[in-house]
Amino acid sequence: MNELLKLLEKNARTSNAELAVLLGKTEQEVADEIAKLESDGVIKGYSTLIDYTAINPNLVTAYIELKVTPQARTGFDDIARFISQFDEVKGVTLMSGAFDIGITIIGENLLVVSKFVSQHLATIDGVVSTATHFVLKTYKDNGLNLCPDESDERGMF
Amino acid sequence: MKPSGIRKFFDIAGKMKDVISLGVGEPDFSTPWPIRKAAIETLERKQIIYGPNRGLASLLSAISENIEKRLGVSYDKDSELIVTVGGSEAIDIALRSLINPGDEVLVVEPCFVCYAPLVELIGGVAVSVPTRLENNFKLTLEDFKDKVTKRTKLIILPFPNNPTGAIMTKEDLEPIAEFLRDTDIMVLSDEIYSELTYGRKHFSIVQLPGMRERTIYVNGFSKAYAMTGWRLGYVTAPAPVIKQMMKIHQYAIMCSPFVSQNAAIEALMSCDEDVKKMTEEYDRRRRYLVNEFNRLGLTCFNPEGAFYVFPCIKSTGLSSEDFCERLLYEKKVAAVPGSAFGDSGEGYIRISYAYSLKHLKEAMSRIALFLEDLKNESK
Repeated sequence: MNELLKLLEKNARTSNAELAVLLGKTEQEVADEIAKLESDGVIKGYSTLIDYTAINPNLVTAYIELKVTPQARTGFDDIARFISQFDEVKGVTLMSGAFDIGITIIGENLLVVSKFVSQHLATIDGVVSTATHFVLKTYKDNGLNLCPDESDERGMF
Repeated sequence: MKPSGIRKFFDIAGKMKDVISLGVGEPDFSTPWPIRKAAIETLERKQIIYGPNRGLASLLSAISENIEKRLGVSYDKDSELIVTVGGSEAIDIALRSLINPGDEVLVVEPCFVCYAPLVELIGGVAVSVPTRLENNFKLTLEDFKDKVTKRTKLIILPFPNNPTGAIMTKEDLEPIAEFLRDTDIMVLSDEIYSELTYGRKHFSIVQLPGMRERTIYVNGFSKAYAMTGWRLGYVTAPAPVIKQMMKIHQYAIMCSPFVSQNAAIEALMSCDEDVKKMTEEYDRRRRYLVNEFNRLGLTCFNPEGAFYVFPCIKSTGLSSEDFCERLLYEKKVAAVPGSAFGDSGEGYIRISYAYSLKHLKEAMSRIALFLEDLKNESK
């Protein structure tokens, strides 16, 4: 994969000056390359990896599997678009396999998530069934390893 | 004999809390999974035995093919090659095979700490050959020509170099080979960092005409494949030399670790891509550090190999040992004083980049504060 993308994927806030040093390029070359990746739609945006449970320990993340009857003409698109409009929905994907649409949700607590599923998702025309899985612990997110580092026992040879 | 100068700092740093180290000489990457898997399978399926003295036949073949592929030089796996317990054993048995009491060994410095003590242990005389920043720490003929005497038996070439990161190109090695061809001096080429070079492919002195015949070539799995703890290296040399080395190896060591040898076969067969990825990551860190040190006013030459940078700290007016000691106590950053690698390392510090970029950034911000403090003191 493109070296620049690898670095930005790890830390989108790395400055162009620093990227230039790491890649052995000029700052201008880096700026041009980023501009091109953005205009080509390779880089879609820059977001922040936030652990909201550090503020609110009751917060829950859930993966919800939706089985859906595809609609005439639009297939799954209309339903997926409808679901995407909710702020608490963090991700929506069309899946192959045992279910159709996969949704990631973050809610204030368990009750809020279950209410969202029963009131907003299960009631959509065309939704056949839902299965909700709650996240217990995250070990790696967006390529970032979240496990605490093991102590460094390497010797100074 | 003095204990290793690296060790001393390691012991102090180990007793302090929240120390951020830049001291290690081994990769931060895990051994690639296929290699570890091969070891697990060995443990599950095979009887863990001593194995043949020289090394497992399949590993000897794989190493011999690998050298031929990389360097275009062929070694007979049955008479010119031994699998050793790390490059360290290879260096030790090479010296013990060749050096008689009173023989002189040219030790190119700054260099890894083991050569001179191992020479002295067998009654040899270690003759220091300093290299200089002006030459990018490369060895030149002028550096050692005048130190050659009738008793000079061997010259040790430690390139790519720990601690400086210097490399020797074909053009750099040619005049040295030219000179050596008219002498009886042998070469011990420690090329353990050969796979970690940046921007150009490693060149070995054994690739030059007439040099294979007088060179003991040491390499291993530790640095390239992140396999330090497996303790596995190898040595090649002309058959008469290997014959002598085999005697010491078989009596002192018997054979190299069986599980590690099985794992190493997998390393040679399937891990080129892993080595490439690790090298690319080292390369980014290298560029970051060189840029940072120069920005902070500590002249840092651009190393082309290994995973160390060797910035000059002479501008601070401190000795390298004082610099490292104060940096450790005042800012809790552990680096190794250049003097640990020979007198010619005085005025420099060794910074390892076998650490994540995040770790290096934190360390550099502490070093920046330390340099700021030093400036304010001298006002």
